[in-house]
Amino acid sequence: MITIHHLQKSFGKNHVLKGVDLAFDKPGITAVLGPNGSGKTTLIKSILGMVLPDDGNIEVAGKSVRNRWEYRKQIAYLPQIARFPDNLTVKELLSMIKDLRGKAASDQHLIDLFELTPFLGSRLSNLSGGTRQKVNLVLTFMYDCPIIILDEPTAGLDPISMVRLKELIENQRAAGKTILVTTHVMSLVEELAEEVVYLLEGKIHFRGSLKVLKETYGESSVERAIASLLEQQKNTPAFSSNGQPAFVTA
Amino acid sequence: MLKILKYSFYDLIRSRWTYIYCGFYLLFTLSLLWLSSDLSKVVISLMNVVLLLCPLIATMFGVMYYYNSREFTELLLAQPIRRTSIFFGQYLGVAGSLSASWLIGTGIPFILYGVFGSAQAGNFFTLMLVGVALSFIFSGLAFLIALNNENRIKGFGLAILVWLFFAVIYDGLLLLSLAWFSEYPLEKFSLTASMLNPIDLSRILILLKLDISALMGFTGAVFRKFLGTGFGMSVSLIVLTLWIILPTLGIRRVSLRKDF
Repeated sequence: MITIHHLQKSFGKNHVLKGVDLAFDKPGITAVLGPNGSGKTTLIKSILGMVLPDDGNIEVAGKSVRNRWEYRKQIAYLPQIARFPDNLTVKELLSMIKDLRGKAASDQHLIDLFELTPFLGSRLSNLSGGTRQKVNLVLTFMYDCPIIILDEPTAGLDPISMVRLKELIENQRAAGKTILVTTHVMSLVEELAEEVVYLLEGKIHFRGSLKVLKETYGESSVERAIASLLEQQKNTPAFSSNGQPAFVTA
Repeated sequence: MLKILKYSFYDLIRSRWTYIYCGFYLLFTLSLLWLSSDLSKVVISLMNVVLLLCPLIATMFGVMYYYNSREFTELLLAQPIRRTSIFFGQYLGVAGSLSASWLIGTGIPFILYGVFGSAQAGNFFTLMLVGVALSFIFSGLAFLIALNNENRIKGFGLAILVWLFFAVIYDGLLLLSLAWFSEYPLEKFSLTASMLNPIDLSRILILLKLDISALMGFTGAVFRKFLGTGFGMSVSLIVLTLWIILPTLGIRRVSLRKDF
């Protein structure tokens, strides 16, 4: 579904992505992990066309995304920070997005799921962080898109909503969707993801299944495996002299 | 694009600043009409205010709207919408609502006064047109500046500086250079110089239409002498249109290259 070739991006002197090659061709959930500032959000925004790559190419469903917009019909995106126009109510925002996308949406069951009915008439500026995130989730999941990209989906959610979100993501997986998730919550990765992509300093440091990740580092949980990955990286250079990632298993 | 335009326009129409702006023109025009029965004098008084106020308000609204709707813009960028549609829609929403305030605020008193039956109808239309053109030009420039500057304060400062330059500094510089180089033939220079300033150009357009030599100043007189009233007006109209098109092209160019 998504193919990324040698993606490069700098912001001024800050070289964020240093030649990322990735392909997400099977349905399922991939967790994109990495420390702060490793380029996760830049990678995701590049796929969405919000950040324009300096070099390299991104293809969605076999077509390059450069200067195109129709392909975004196939992507549901949950932004990291839920920021909305302040002077709109939740209801107005939902109907506006529905109007702009011009496609039938199934938002009612999501509104019920996240118990948002009492907030429909409130202005977005008056909502708490968690409630905004729920609105954000409704906006993301109300369309039936083959690709779903979630940037920190659990931010600010209470345990009940967290459980419901996990169920929601599970259902989407069962429906055969390609799902990318970035998160710092390792338990979420352990519960949901089939595969992990670990970004470090703008390159892919590790890619493989959860099992391989744990085996490679001889640890019992993802959290520990990632911790020892980071420890190792401190002691040894992350990349061999030919620029290839140190640990990649397909 | 039309949908974005619709939402931006509604958003601004609901803002009280739009009403204050419209109300100001309404009161100002009404009081001018009440104080003076000579319509052409009212047109000139209004012109003097509009040449400064329309660009200033358009600049401020343009910059403020861009920065205030950043969240909305980011939300839209992830949707299946063309980038240029988002920014053109927002720009046209700002320029459109400003023009609507101007047209309603000054138009209604004039129409109630019976401008259509009088000999001043043409002058009135020219004034209306200039107000709309200036709103479009300066909100376009403001959008372009805001798009180029992530830092709000810098963007705001630059936009106000651009207004100050065209509204005040430019005339001073022109006057100084005319005084310094008074031994040289300056007609072509001043002709070009006034075309490079949309505010000067608007002034000349109105004064050519009103045909009042005493108010034209050097540049206006040169315009009439070299180009004649009819041709001079067409030229200034064309250049004003160019002044609208150029910032629009700039917005397109920057919006296609920018990272969000």
